[in-house]
Parts: sequence; structure tokens; C-alpha cells
Amino acid sequence: MHGKALPYLLLMPATLFLCVFFLYPFALVAFEAFTRDGGFTLDNFRTMTGNWKFPVAFWNTILLAAIVVPIQLVMALLMATVVSRLETGRGAALYIFAIPLGISDLAAGLIWLAIFDQSGFLNTLLSNLGLVDRPVMFLGYQSKLTIFVAVVLAEIWRATAIMMVILVAGIGLIPREYHEAAEVFGASPWKRFVKITLPLLRPSLQTAIILRVILAFEVFAVVAALGGTNFPVLMGETYNWQFSLQDRNVAAAFALLILAISVGLTLFFLRVLRVPKEARI
Amino acid sequence: MAEIAIKQVAKRFGGFTALHSIDLTIADQEFMVLLGASGCGKTTLLRIVAGLETPSQGEVWIGGRRVDHLPPRDRGIAMVFQNYAVFPHLTVFENIAFGLRMKKLPQQEVERRVTRTAELMHIEQLLKRYSGQLSGGQRQRVAVARALAMEPDVILMDEPLSNLDALLRLEMRAELKGVLAASKTTTIYVTHDQVEAMSLADRIAVMHQGRIVQAASPVEVYRNPAARFVGSFIGNPPMNCIPATKTGNGSWTVAGLTLPGPKSDKHRIEFAIRPEDVDAGDEGLHATVRVVEPLGPHTLVTCDVEGGLFRAILESSAAIAVGDHLRLAPKADRIRWFDPETTNAL
Ligand SMILES: Nc1ncnc2c1ncn2[C@@H]1O[C@H](COP(=O)(O)OP(=O)(O)OP(=O)(O)O)[C@@H](O)[C@H]1O
Ligand SMILES: [Mg+2]
Repeated sequence: MHGKALPYLLLMPATLFLCVFFLYPFALVAFEAFTRDGGFTLDNFRTMTGNWKFPVAFWNTILLAAIVVPIQLVMALLMATVVSRLETGRGAALYIFAIPLGISDLAAGLIWLAIFDQSGFLNTLLSNLGLVDRPVMFLGYQSKLTIFVAVVLAEIWRATAIMMVILVAGIGLIPREYHEAAEVFGASPWKRFVKITLPLLRPSLQTAIILRVILAFEVFAVVAALGGTNFPVLMGETYNWQFSLQDRNVAAAFALLILAISVGLTLFFLRVLRVPKEARI
Repeated sequence: MAEIAIKQVAKRFGGFTALHSIDLTIADQEFMVLLGASGCGKTTLLRIVAGLETPSQGEVWIGGRRVDHLPPRDRGIAMVFQNYAVFPHLTVFENIAFGLRMKKLPQQEVERRVTRTAELMHIEQLLKRYSGQLSGGQRQRVAVARALAMEPDVILMDEPLSNLDALLRLEMRAELKGVLAASKTTTIYVTHDQVEAMSLADRIAVMHQGRIVQAASPVEVYRNPAARFVGSFIGNPPMNCIPATKTGNGSWTVAGLTLPGPKSDKHRIEFAIRPEDVDAGDEGLHATVRVVEPLGPHTLVTCDVEGGLFRAILESSAAIAVGDHLRLAPKADRIRWFDPETTNAL
């Protein structure tokens, strides 16, 4: 009896912590999203979707995630493969690749702002090379596309390393013998990657993708720095409703929507990249 | 036709030399066993032949073709790994078919070969399972089947039986021998188990500290060890070695017995004899019995000879007690002599 209860007892503090600092605030937010002036209502959601900015913010966020995450996945896989192959300097390479991770997303946005700004590095470079007569407005309200590209670049620069770190760890878990066996049995490097590394990397891919997708739907500071109000995203709108428009209930509705998307996508990737128990390493 | 020739192959890891200039030729369809203690370089040599490791110097030839610059897949080899390396994410069928699919063989041929090798290894009822649902012995069979399905010129095996229990090992050993003989491949088989080596090999290459000490048939290696190491490594209990003192030209005294031996200008050399090659009698080496172990068919007697341990396997009918003085007569044609400095046979 004692032995069986022990694991649960040991989990108690963490569970309590979660309840107090996660479930309770979550319940509060959910409550706010579904009430107004003390009564139950779906008005907050109607207000949210009825706003002209909502579809723009919604599709911007989705488009951003749909473009950034696949690019990052491919890059992270490539980098992780290269880093894993290194015999010397592996630690250093990992460290250098991971530097952007240590920079907050707002700072990252500001760094890229310094590049694309009217008086930024890029403009200075272009005019010094004589390619432009006067500074180009890369991030103006008419240039949605360049803002988008700048945000994509900044996001890739900032958050690819987190996927890479997870994948490097995952690759390290695959016993070398599998690669050697594949090599002996005729698989080219590309075939080895597709037939051995990728399938055996599935658990790590799953973690990396889920983590990154959730982060992608929470994108905020980078967009705020580079696009300001010219490029609305869901998280930015949440902030807007909470602080500029002072409507906590609609902000809560936004928060719930983002949560729902994250949970939905997490379940989707858990299912799609599931490894059957008998086929694990 | 796949003769393997290893020419002056050496391997250094940083400052450490794992292999010193190895020369070894393995005939077509020969079963060659690399035998040696842990860390002597067996795996390294096998991996160099496979192409998973590049030699620091030397050449590897397979079937008259120099292969040391070729990747493993172009060498016409298949390999059975020590931990089997059965891919966990593929079924047994797909594991066996892996190499065939890489060769882009037609589906019909893939199915034919997988079925045939699976039957050969008695795993046809496991084809739909995953590696995680197999026992160690079954995984081992899959690994062998995967190699056989390639119909390779050369099969390399690195201690394929070392993870199995004793009984299964015995069973698999006999089975492997039959299957490989029928498949007409050239085989290099790595093991540190001398019984396995003796029972499987056409020839055994005994390795010691990165060198091949002797490469010969099992009987030759056993009867006629080329160095003291071979005599003590092979055979259980090991060969007895005791000092011999020169008493004339080609005549040596060993524990009170004078024997004809090699002509040498050395004063002391070593006399060596297998435990089963002595008889208790009226004449022979002076021995004092220390331990008597009746083993059924015969009795293992451990004695003191010239202050050193000497083991003799005697008939169990002989009544021997601890403390007895024996005279152990060596069979003249089984005596070997070693140089005490080089430890090589004289
Ligand atoms: N990658 C490596 N780097 C440095 N030293 C190595 C490397 N691989 C092997 N060695 C060394 O080379 C020697 C031979 O190793 P090897 O694996 O060939 O031994 P082995 O005969 O197969 O032993 P075992 O029976 O234990 O498998 C060992 O001393 C080992 O420490
Ligand atoms: Mg080994």
C-alpha cells in the first residue's frame, strides 16, 4: 500500500503547484471569456470575430506559422545532422547556433528592426553600394510583404536553434549501429537519412514541432517591433484588447482561441507522429 | 569467387596503435575466425574489411578488387552486428528486405528471398513482428537472415552469439555452421570464445595486442601453437609451460627428465605440453599433487612441477590423492618448445 502511494505522494507538490499557478488562472481567463457583467454570454467571441482586424490577424498568424515552422524544421534538421557529424568542435558549434536562444524575442525584433529600418544597416549598405538614391521604407504600412519577410527572417534567426537542440539530442540517442547496418546494406547517405534517421527521430521531431508550433501561435514581440500595428497577429490583438481597448473579456476570448489552436495542433502532431510501442528503439 | 586479402593493414587511434601491420589471406568460401582476448583489435580489423573504419595504412582486396577506398555498400559484403542492429521501426520482413530494397530488386524477388532466408533461419512466423517483440535469439536470427538475403560474397560477423545464453549458443552455432557452409560465402567471424572458434572455423587467426600470432586450422592451432600465447589462450585448461635447462647439444632437462629437443644456443628455454598429453607412469616429470578434480570421464590433477602449477588430465581409474608424488610422462610427439624471450615456438 505504502509503495503504491509513494509515487503519487511525490507528485503532489508539482500537481499542487500546477493547480494553483496554472489551472486557477486558466479557469479565471475562461470565466472572463464567457461572461460579461456577471452573466454567461458568447458576446466576447462575437466581438472578437466581428472586428475587422480579426480575420487579418488570424490569417497572418496562420500564414506565419505555416511558413516559418517548415523552413525551421528543414534548417534545424540540416544543422542538427551537421552538428552531430562533427568530431571536434561540436560543443562550440552547438553553442554558436544556440546564441539567438539567449536573446529575448523583443530584443531579437529590435535587432532586425535595426537592420530593416529606414536608417538601418541594410539601407546604409545599399546606398553605400550606390544601389539606391535614398533610403527605402522596408517596413512602411504599404509594404506588408517586406514586413512579413522581415518577421519570417527574424523568427527563423531567433527560434531555429531550439528545434536544433532538441533534434541534436534525439540524433544522439540513435545507436550508431543502425546507421552502420544501413550503410553496409547499401543505403546511400540520403537513404540513411530518410530510412533510418528520420523514422527513429520521430519522438524528437514530435517534441520539436509541437513546441515550435505553440511558440509560433504566440508570436508577438518580434512582430510588434518590426510591423507595429501594420501587421496584426492574434497575440498582438490580445494585447490590444487588454491594454489599449481595456476589454479584458475579449482579450480572454483571444487567449482561449490561441489556447484552443495550440491544443488542437498538439493533439494533431501527437497523433500523426506517434510511434507504436513495439517499434520504439 | 571472393578471396579476401588483407595486406599490411595498420590502424592507429591517435597515439594508440590498435593494429600493427596485419597480413591475412582468406580463401574463397573459407570460414575464418578471428580469435583473441578483449581489446586485441578483432572488431577493428573486421570494421576495416567492412569499410566502416579506414585503415591508417595497408590495402584490403575482396575478390581480386582493391576495396579500401570504396564505401561498404560497394564491397559485396553483408554483416551481422554484435548487437544485431535490427531496425526497430521496421518489421522483420522489412528488416530482411532492407538491403534488397536498396538494390532496387523487383518486389517478387524481394519476397522470394525474404521467404527463403526466413525459412532457413526458422523465423517465417515472425515476419510481421517488430524487433521489440523478439527475443535475443530471434533477433539474432533476423540479423543473420538479413545478411544471407543479400546473397553476398562475404559475410562478416562480430561476436554474433555473445548475447545468447549457453544453450541457445550451442544450438545457433551448429545451425550457423550449416547455413553458412550451404551459402558458399566467404566468412570472417569474430569471437573471443575459443570453443566457438574451434567448432566453426576452417582456419583460426589468433590475435594478440593488434597482431596476428597464428593463422591455421583449429587442430594445428591447438596442437602446434606458434607462440606461448596461443598455447595458453587456446585449450581449457591451458597448455603447461615449464622451464627447461640445457644439458647438451639438443638435449634438455625438464623437472628431472632429460628429453631431446631443439638445438639452441640459449641456456634455458620453455617446455610446453597439453594437460591431456601426459600419462602417469614410472618415469617422467616429478610432480606433487595439489588438487584432484574428478570430472567423470577423466580426472583433472593440478600438481607442483618445478615450483610452478602443472595441470594434467589423467584417466579417472587412476587412484590419486593429494600429496602423492607422480611421474608424468609426456607424449614425445606432443611436446612443444618456446623461446622464453620472443615466446615463439622453436
Ligand atoms: N574509435 C576508437 N578510438 C580509440 N581507440 C579505439 C577505438 N576503437 C577501438 N579502440 C581501441 O582499439 C583496441 C581494439 O579495439 P577492438 O574493438 O578492435 O577490440 P576487440 O578485439 O573487438 O575487443 P572485444 O572483444 O572487447 O570486442 C582497443 O584497445 C580499443 O580501446
Ligand atoms: Mg569487438
